[in-house]
Amino acid sequence: MAIKLDKVDVVVVGTGWAGGIVAAELAKAGKKVVALERGEHRELADFTGVKDELRFTNRFELMQNLSHETITSRNTLDETALPVRTRDEMMAGTDLGGGSVHWAGATYRWWPYDFEMYSKTVERYGKNKIPDGMTIQDWGIKYDEMEKYYDRWEKTAGISGEPDPLGAKRSSDYPTPPMKESPPIHLFKQAAKKLGYHPYQVASANLSEGYTNPDGQTINQCMYCSFCTQYGCDFGAKSDARVTVIPAAQATNNFELRYESYARRVLHKGGKATGVMYVDTRTGQEYIQPADVVALGAFTFTNNRLLMLSGIGQPYDPKTRKGVIGRNFNGQFNITFLGARGFFNKKKFNLYMGAGALGGTMSDFAADNFDHTKLDFINGGGIELRQYGDGAIASNHVPKGTPGWGPEFKDKSLFYANRNLEVWYTPAIMSWWHNYLDLDPTYKDDFNDPLLRVTNKYTDQDRNIAKFGVEKCKEIMKEMGANVIDEDDIPDEFDHIYQGGHYAGGVIMGADPATSAVNNYLQMWDMENLFVVGGSAFPQFAGHHPTATIGALAYRAAEGMENYLKNGGKLA
Amino acid sequence: MADDNKEKNITRRTFIKNTGLVAGGVVGGSLIGGLLTSQWQTRQPTENKKTTKSLQEARVFFSREEDFAVLEAATERIFPKDDNGPGAVELGVPYYIDKQLAGSWGTNAKEYMKDPFIQTQQVHEYQHKTTKQDKSGPNTSTKLPTPTPRYQSRLNRSEIFIEGLRKIDQVSQKKYNVPFPKAEVDQQNEVLKAFEKGEVDMKGVAAVTFFHLLVQTTLEGVYSDPVYGGNKNMMGWKMKEYPGPRMAYLNDIDKEDFILMEPEGLRDYQSHGS
Repeated sequence: MAIKLDKVDVVVVGTGWAGGIVAAELAKAGKKVVALERGEHRELADFTGVKDELRFTNRFELMQNLSHETITSRNTLDETALPVRTRDEMMAGTDLGGGSVHWAGATYRWWPYDFEMYSKTVERYGKNKIPDGMTIQDWGIKYDEMEKYYDRWEKTAGISGEPDPLGAKRSSDYPTPPMKESPPIHLFKQAAKKLGYHPYQVASANLSEGYTNPDGQTINQCMYCSFCTQYGCDFGAKSDARVTVIPAAQATNNFELRYESYARRVLHKGGKATGVMYVDTRTGQEYIQPADVVALGAFTFTNNRLLMLSGIGQPYDPKTRKGVIGRNFNGQFNITFLGARGFFNKKKFNLYMGAGALGGTMSDFAADNFDHTKLDFINGGGIELRQYGDGAIASNHVPKGTPGWGPEFKDKSLFYANRNLEVWYTPAIMSWWHNYLDLDPTYKDDFNDPLLRVTNKYTDQDRNIAKFGVEKCKEIMKEMGANVIDEDDIPDEFDHIYQGGHYAGGVIMGADPATSAVNNYLQMWDMENLFVVGGSAFPQFAGHHPTATIGALAYRAAEGMENYLKNGGKLA
Repeated sequence: MADDNKEKNITRRTFIKNTGLVAGGVVGGSLIGGLLTSQWQTRQPTENKKTTKSLQEARVFFSREEDFAVLEAATERIFPKDDNGPGAVELGVPYYIDKQLAGSWGTNAKEYMKDPFIQTQQVHEYQHKTTKQDKSGPNTSTKLPTPTPRYQSRLNRSEIFIEGLRKIDQVSQKKYNVPFPKAEVDQQNEVLKAFEKGEVDMKGVAAVTFFHLLVQTTLEGVYSDPVYGGNKNMMGWKMKEYPGPRMAYLNDIDKEDFILMEPEGLRDYQSHGS
């Protein structure tokens, strides 16, 4: 029997950037906030002195334990979806701070074009440019309205960067200067410049200097120690929810965090959410947390699944193409982040040094910054050279044609360990009627609830944009002077490997309730006191890393919740 | 001596039974017997002489020494000793794998292992068409460039290893009439290639899946922190000019020249503050 707790103003599911920002903003506004985190408490001491590649990169220490719950995956409607069983195939964060703790830190604003992608594509190229079955849409908000939220998030996170020479208008500079330029980044920028492009330093959440944000939280200076992506920072020098918005919420005394609290249902009555039912996973005890506003700020998969399990909103049906929950699943998988790897026989780099977001980039082939009239795809992506800092296990790259094991492999992998660089393209991913989320008919979690099912396949758009990117990367790598240049292969089909955390959509935003689940405050059209915050709101995936946009949207949603608590009603 | 012989015979019988060799009628018993005997004779004295072995170098997962001997031989082929430095065996890779399989990773403790485990043509194709880990999406440049199979086996990793290693030995016996650890280097390579190409049938899992696991764990054993039992004396890191975990490169990140450092391990790192 569930224990019913005292009502609060807001209950938030999830404590990453999305949930954390919402919790902090409402607690600061004097609202009583409870946050439910399915994972454990994490603090700096959990990340100090544990620089261990095997444990974090190969064994996924910080990722979700899949023995309780995972997803199933298939390409097409007529296939049987199979569970994504191992953490080699599924990267999803958990514990305090969620995915923000182990992110790389690369920070991009998305383009004015991205937010009005459908209209602007039609405007410039005509309706026929958008292929039949592609379900991209405008976000119901424009970049100019998003700008202040981007600015807000960048200041909370203390982002280190310099303006993109081709970038959209900014109301202010990045709060801290760009990171240091390492020799590989210098080489990349020189080559790009020579080719007439506009390279600049990747804006980074690994901070170039110590910084105190407007909430009074301090983030330290990055040490370039390389234990960054897939790790929690040893020094509190990577901006995440755990070092920024969570302590800001805690400082208000209006905020309570509950760990090992696994949300199972959003409860609702008469078209309004009444609270969240969750289980304390240590005891198995069920609790009901009533609230005036329910905010889902969990990962894409959890946000979608909770709505489906709770019977909220009309589920998307690919056969009729009606319904919204689960519609427009999108994300970056094995057809993205492809490019060219160069092997240098006479140059040696300190590749064991680095930071998650240390890199050079350029936007010449991003969004609609280049003419697509004669191209067989729309949108674009960033071109990056990143210096993460290679671990010894990971740094086994050898030129194509080299066997993957044995004497030749050993010899070449040792020789090239500090002599190879990759330039890659981060293309946008469009939405299609056949890519969606629903509940799996067969596989269940520990509580016997159905798992979420992903149906996702590639189209010519995906293959063509990837091919275009590989060509551009190869051109730059050639200019960089590599002796051997290997182009990445373009995969035919999605391989069901969920690595990198860029999976989005399903509870998408828009201006029309027939094609979107939430309005531009991330308020559910069907349930005005329920807000669904995070990458789940992306109608399609732009050609850059998503975190800044998730942060900005969370600030927008928090503002919406505050308005709602004051005035009630639909916000858009 | 009599007792010794008795033990040998039992081992031999078990070995033959498991490999199914006699049933297959491929090899005469005496040849196998001879090989096995010589294997034992050469192994035992060497083991006694190895006084430098650390206390951690003993099997905690593999019960049968034969299985471990196949593992030793196979990992050495994947990462052989050469002019660059030691191979898998000298680096302690087999003991690393043994320890991994004994732990939560080996028993798939954090993986979704609920029924049904479907074995269809679709699954078969997934296992034979794999993406390299470093080509599976964002942030994966930090991943080892070995393929990731779509895991749809009822077997956990430790069970896959047992079955796979015994299969390696069977294939060697069948193809070359010799136990895998005693086969010529070229023969061993050919046997492993048959697994890599998926030409071998295993029960409950594809041979390529097992082979990829074997390659991945071998490289992990070469390059993971020595605390896990491989990368002995940080010799893997030395060969790669990898310094191990360090506090900071703040002052070196923009330096043009390659900086070579004597490696340090987690033990050094964790004792910094004390």
